[in-house]
Amino acid sequence: MSVSVFSAREPAWVRRVLISVVLLFLGLFLLLPIGGVFQQAFSQGWTAYATALSDDDALNAIGLTLLVVLITVPLNVAFGIAAAWCIARFEFRGKSLLTTLIDLPFSVSPVVAGLMMVLLFGIHAPVGGWLATHGFQVIYALPGIVLASAFVTFPFVARELIPLMQSQGADEEQAALVLGASGWQTFRRVTLPNIRWGLLYGVILTNARAMGEFGAVSVVSGHISGLTMTLPLHVELLYNDYDMVGAFACASILTLLALLTLLARSLVEWRQNRPVDVAAHVSPVRTSPGASLQQKVGSLQ
Amino acid sequence: MSIEVRKLCKKFGDFVALDGVDLQVSSGALLALLGPSGCGKTTLLRLIAGLERPDSGQVLFAGEDATARDVRDRQVGFVFQHYALFRHMTVFDNVAFGLSVKPRASRPGKDEIRERVMALLKLVRLDWQANAFPSQLSGGQRQRIALARSLAVEPKVLLLDEPFGALDARVRKDLRRWLRDLHDEIHLTSVFVTHDQEEALEVSDTVVVMNRGRIEQTGSPHEIYEQPSTAFVTQFLGDVNLFHGRIEQGRLSIGPYDHALQDVADSDSAVAYVRPHDLEVTRVAEGALAQGRVAHIHAAGPLVRLELLRDEGAAIEVALTRERYRELGLAPDDLVYVTPRKLAVFPGAPDYVI
Repeated sequence: MSVSVFSAREPAWVRRVLISVVLLFLGLFLLLPIGGVFQQAFSQGWTAYATALSDDDALNAIGLTLLVVLITVPLNVAFGIAAAWCIARFEFRGKSLLTTLIDLPFSVSPVVAGLMMVLLFGIHAPVGGWLATHGFQVIYALPGIVLASAFVTFPFVARELIPLMQSQGADEEQAALVLGASGWQTFRRVTLPNIRWGLLYGVILTNARAMGEFGAVSVVSGHISGLTMTLPLHVELLYNDYDMVGAFACASILTLLALLTLLARSLVEWRQNRPVDVAAHVSPVRTSPGASLQQKVGSLQ
Repeated sequence: MSIEVRKLCKKFGDFVALDGVDLQVSSGALLALLGPSGCGKTTLLRLIAGLERPDSGQVLFAGEDATARDVRDRQVGFVFQHYALFRHMTVFDNVAFGLSVKPRASRPGKDEIRERVMALLKLVRLDWQANAFPSQLSGGQRQRIALARSLAVEPKVLLLDEPFGALDARVRKDLRRWLRDLHDEIHLTSVFVTHDQEEALEVSDTVVVMNRGRIEQTGSPHEIYEQPSTAFVTQFLGDVNLFHGRIEQGRLSIGPYDHALQDVADSDSAVAYVRPHDLEVTRVAEGALAQGRVAHIHAAGPLVRLELLRDEGAAIEVALTRERYRELGLAPDDLVYVTPRKLAVFPGAPDYVI
């Protein structure tokens, strides 16, 4: 929107050098690898690509990944809204501790997160053992993968909503209550419309991370072919078996999803930042969506 | 509907927001809660609305205990300082909200809702903005919509929290008069919170001055202004000059100045409060309360304001008419004397809380 006054004062050659460095960096570390993925995937033609993707194990991996996303995202949306509501609307003892705890998954290595799940829900652990005797297996099964994915993506929605809800304040909700609206009516007709773009943004991030999570899922999955292999795990397996076309074909799916996520994200951001808009509210304290979050995510991925 | 508040107490952590407040609002009254920030006026309003729970005490509506009643069932209209309009809804939907969330059985039909909303928008003279969004309205318009929205559910009581606080001076004046007229038209029991004494005195028919979680004085605007019952009220209601002296045998003496008082106990230290326009300026020393040299003359405006410097360095503010100013032919550094036409005396040291 605004051109930085500082950079505008730099001499032309400095600007050119800086821009070239950035472009070179982008090309070398982003565009080239992405191109490489697709180039490898199609190295033996469309048919080989199609065959690799229609392989049973690949289809199972895609199916499992989608299933995990379908469970994880709603779970974390519910949790995220509840946590944000709690933190933005109420004063209570230990509030800052809770806020810090929500950030925990960002600071814990995903592998450690996976190990924690094994420690807690493994067959030999008390909780896992008890569950196993009641016929419910967590580790090396779908519940474990969902738990690991949910843990890793746990902060996205909440982190997105807390500053948004704090800046919006509770006045509108209180106004709705005074006008006789029930708690649910207030949530559905006042709170939700006000946070919808932030929420969608959080959902997109959660979705992207849940699909691509490798470390935590790798620990709890057990790598059972056709059963507990998610797409990232499947890519690794194929790669280790020197099945380059297969590995990169699956990788291209993940890459495409990442690109789609990026597109969706920009769309939401654009929608959120439209200056005069009937739906997007015009609030003086409008922060860029996920500004703090993006930094965090960026440093982790 | 009348409101009664009995021994209401509310603490936020260690901060005592309300310290045993009793209040009566008769049906159809327009009452102002006036006080500095942090005096508990907004807390009192929110307790009446049911947006906060009291630690102890009672809130009664029409003589019935409503302390435990939920905010939804209190049938109050509440206008927030920052409007709190639903930003994603049109003006029409904002006003219609209260009607549209009613349970199906008591909810009016679509046509009736439309009719009532448009009537309310006409009342606040904004029917032409029905399809606008709050962000497209000016501050004054937003506040009028907020008022229309709160009236849509036909509340028995209207509560306004600093309704004009976020508006600029001109709009504020217009809206003030408009609220007064509106109240004369619909006679809804209304309580509004303000820190602006001029606003309280101009709009309401009863003013309640609050300080530190307690009520200092309740009365008509005239009473409050002419007979402030505490030093705090005197100071809060406008500019005032302080003169220190003592009370002996029912007479106030400040240096050579002597003044008979009624019903005041003797005290070694008393403070006389005199408003700038209640000071007479003369060039005669006899019977004067104090003397000072003219330090500044502000001659812009309907009254001429003088700042006099006393020998010990304290300033006296005086407001006098243009005629009197010309008569005296004042110039900077002239030595003049002041005598009070009217003063309020309170024993004890002055209460510096503002």
